[in-house]
Amino acid sequence: MTMTRRSLALAGAMLAGTLMMPLSAATAQELKIGLAAEPSSADPHFHNLTPNNQVARHVFETLISQDEFQRLGAGLAQGWKLIDDLTWEFTLRPNVKFHDGSPFTADDVIFSFNRVPNVPKAPAPKTSFTRGKTFEKINDLTFRVKTATPYPLMLNDLANIEIMSAKAAANVTTEDLNAGKGTIGTGPYQFVEFVPGDRLVLKRNDNHWAGKPTWERVTFRFIKSDPTRVAALLSGDVDMIENVPSADVARLKTDNRVTISSALSNRLIYLHMDRLRDETPFVKAKDGAAIKNPFNDLKVRQALSMALNRQAIVDRIMEGEAVVAGQLLPDIYQGTSKTLKPVAYNVEASRKLLTEAGFPNGFSLTIHGPNGRYPNDTKVIEAVAQMFTRIGIETKVETLPPAVFFSRASNGGPNRTPEFSMILAGWSAGTGEASGSLGPLLGTFDTQSGIGTANRGRYSNPKVDELLKKALATVNDTERAKLLAEGTEVAINDVGLIPIYYNKNTWAARKGLKVVGRTDEYTLAMSVKR
Amino acid sequence: MLAFIIRRVAQALFVVLAMVIIVFFGTYVVGDPVWMMVPGDATQDQIEQVRREFGFDKPVHVQFLLFVADVLQGEFGRSYVHGGSAIGLILDRMPATLELALVALIFAVVIGLPLGVFAGLKPDHPAARTIMAGSILGFSLPTFWVGLMLIMFFSVMLGWLPATGRGPTTTVLGIETSLLTLKGWQHIALPALNLALLKISLVIRLARSGTREASLQDYVKFARAKGLSPKRIVGVHILKNIMIPIVTVLGLEFGSLVAFSVVTETIFAWPGMGKLLLESIQRLDRPLIVAYVMVVVLLFVTINLIVDILYSALDPRVRLAGKNE
Repeated sequence: MTMTRRSLALAGAMLAGTLMMPLSAATAQELKIGLAAEPSSADPHFHNLTPNNQVARHVFETLISQDEFQRLGAGLAQGWKLIDDLTWEFTLRPNVKFHDGSPFTADDVIFSFNRVPNVPKAPAPKTSFTRGKTFEKINDLTFRVKTATPYPLMLNDLANIEIMSAKAAANVTTEDLNAGKGTIGTGPYQFVEFVPGDRLVLKRNDNHWAGKPTWERVTFRFIKSDPTRVAALLSGDVDMIENVPSADVARLKTDNRVTISSALSNRLIYLHMDRLRDETPFVKAKDGAAIKNPFNDLKVRQALSMALNRQAIVDRIMEGEAVVAGQLLPDIYQGTSKTLKPVAYNVEASRKLLTEAGFPNGFSLTIHGPNGRYPNDTKVIEAVAQMFTRIGIETKVETLPPAVFFSRASNGGPNRTPEFSMILAGWSAGTGEASGSLGPLLGTFDTQSGIGTANRGRYSNPKVDELLKKALATVNDTERAKLLAEGTEVAINDVGLIPIYYNKNTWAARKGLKVVGRTDEYTLAMSVKR
Repeated sequence: MLAFIIRRVAQALFVVLAMVIIVFFGTYVVGDPVWMMVPGDATQDQIEQVRREFGFDKPVHVQFLLFVADVLQGEFGRSYVHGGSAIGLILDRMPATLELALVALIFAVVIGLPLGVFAGLKPDHPAARTIMAGSILGFSLPTFWVGLMLIMFFSVMLGWLPATGRGPTTTVLGIETSLLTLKGWQHIALPALNLALLKISLVIRLARSGTREASLQDYVKFARAKGLSPKRIVGVHILKNIMIPIVTVLGLEFGSLVAFSVVTETIFAWPGMGKLLLESIQRLDRPLIVAYVMVVVLLFVTINLIVDILYSALDPRVRLAGKNE
C-alpha cells in the first residue's frame, strides 16, 4: 500500500517538477511565424509553389518586385526599357552584395536563368518564366532579353525568378541548398538552417541595400493542423500565424491579445461545367434516363448562376472571410472588367430560365470537388447543391481528396478528357493580372500554347480566344488591359464558368505587431513591423 | 535453431515484398501524383515534362520494375516532393518518433502501473472505481480530440507548456535527442501524454487484473501469514509476477506507438516520421509512402522475430515444430 502511494506521489512529482515550468519569453528581436504549409526545399528553383516561394523571397530577390497588391516595381533591376518590340534592356541596381560579400552582377542573372530549366528532378520547375527568352550581357550592370514574338508579360515573369550567386551556387545540388551550402542570395534575410518537418531559420542581412531589416532572427515553424496553429499563437509559441481558420476569426477578433489582418486574395472559387460532351456522365433526367448535356444551353448556365446566393455563402459559410465575385479576379487587378458585377440571387427568374430552356422539372446532377484544398470547400459545395436543388435541379455532392480530385477532374475520362460534369475549384492568377486567369480558365484547351490548361469545362469561344491572343501580343499596358477586360466580359456574360467568391487571406499576430496582408497569399517577415 | 531463424527471415522478406507491392499499386490507383506537384497554372507541356522526368507516363508495371531496380541498388527511390532519398528522409525523422514513443511508453508504465495495482488491491474503493472508469475514457476518447484539449488546457489557458514542436536537440553517441534539456521535456510532455493515453489505460487494466489474480495466490497468502509488511508483499511478490504479461504486451505495443503516432505528431507539429507520412499521402509521394511502410513492416517483423526467437529458446516445442517440417 505504502509503495503504491509512494509511486503515485512520485509520478505526480515527476510530472509537476519536470513539466510545469513557465515558458521563457521570446526575445523581441525574434519573429516566429507559424506556417500552414511547409516548403519542400530551400532551392528556390526546385518547386514553384507558394510555401517554397514565400520562404525563398527572404533569402533571394527577383529583378522585379511585387508589392502587397502584386503591383510590379523595381527589384534588383532598377530600370528597364523596350529597345524594340522584341528586346528589353534592364539596368541592375549597383553596389548590391550577396550574403557572402561578393558583388551582384549581370553574370548572376544569366546564371540564375540558365539554372532554372536544369534543376534535376524538380517537381515543378519555373520553366514557364524563362521559356522563349534569350539573355545577353551588355556590361556588369546591364543585360538584354530577347523574345521571338512581342511579349508583354516580361516583367511578371522576371518577378518570379530568384537570383542566385553564380559563384556560390555553381555546381550545388538541391540537397546542398537544403543544407545551406550555396543558399546565398541578396535578400533581406540570410539562410541559417532548414529542418524539414519542423522549422526554417533566417537571420538578418545587416548589409541589405534597402536598409537594415526589422528582425534579427526569423523562425518559420510548420504547423499544419489549423486548431494547433491557433493554439500556438495564443500560447505564445509563435508570434504570428497564416491561414487563420475562418471559424476562429470572429473569436480572435474579440481577443485583445491578438490582431487580425486580412487581404483580398487573387484566388477565385468557381464552378466549371462540362462543355465538351453532348451527353455528360453526371447529369441525368430525374428518372435516371440519359439526357442531352444541359450546360450547352446558355439559359441553363444563367439559371445556375442566378440560383446562387453568393452573399449567404460568404456570410454563413466563409464567416465573412471572402468577397462575392462577378468575374475572374477582383477589379483592383489590371485587365479586369469595370462593368461586370456579381450575378444577383433570383430564384424566380432562375426557374423561369430553366423552364424556357426545356427543363421545367429540372434534372439530376452530381457536383464534384476537392475536400480540404480550399477553406471550407466541402461546406461550400454542399450549400451550392442545396441552392441548385431549390430551383429543381436535384444535386448530389461528391468530394474527393485533392490528390484524387485534380487528377480525375483534369483527365480521368476517356482519352484523358476531364471526367466530371460540374466541378468546384479555385484559381489564382500567378501573373497578377487578368490574362493569368482568362487564358488558363476560359481559353480554348490547347496542349501546345499552354492556353486553357485549367479549362476543365473545355469552354471554347473563338471571340474570347481572339481577344486573348491579341492581348498577349500587345505590349502597351492600357491597350492590353482593355482587350482582356473585353475578353472577360464576353466569357462571363456567356457563363463560361460561374464565379462564386474571392477568398480573403487572413493573418493573426500577437498585439503590437503590424502585418500587411498580401493578395498573393505570401507570408513574409518583411510585411511584419513592430 | 538456425533453420528456424532462416525460415523466419525468409517469411519476413516475403511480408515486406507483399506490402511493397500492395502499397505501390494502391497509391498508383489513387491518382497521378503530377497534379500534387505542379502549380495550378502549369501548362500542359510542363505537366508532360514533369511526368516524363518522373516516369509517370510509363505503364504501371514498368514503373514498378524501375522502382524495384532502385530498391535493389539500395536507393529505395527518391521522394518526388523533397528530392532526397526516401529512406534517408524517413531515417532523419525517426529519432524524433522513437523518442516520442519511448517517453509515451515510460508514461504508460509510470502512470498506469501504480493506478492499476491500486485498483487491483482495493477493487471496491471509490478511487479504484474512478480509475477504472477513467481507463474506459482512455480507450474510447479519440486521440486528436484529447490532444487538442491538452493544448487548450496546458498551453493556452494555463500557459505552462509549449503547444507545438520539439525542443532543442543534442547528439549523444550519434543519436539525436531532445531529452537532455528541460525545454526538451516541456515540449515532449503533452504529445507523449497524448500518445500514451491508450497505453496507460491498457496498463491499468492489465495491472489490475494481474494484481487481483495474484492477491489470491498461495504464495501471497503465505507471505501474509508469515507476517511480511504489505509494502513488501505488493512491491516484491505481486509486482514481480504481474510484470511478465505487462512487459510482453508493452514490447509489442511499442511497435504500434511508433507506427501510429501519425495523429499525435500532426496535432502537436512533432517533426517525426508519422507527420511526414501523412503529408506524403496527401501529396501522393509514392516512394516515401512505400519506404515508410517498408520501415514499419521491418520494425514489426523484427520485433516479432525477436519474440519468436525468445519463445523458441524458452519453449522447446516451437523448435521441434520447425524441425519436423
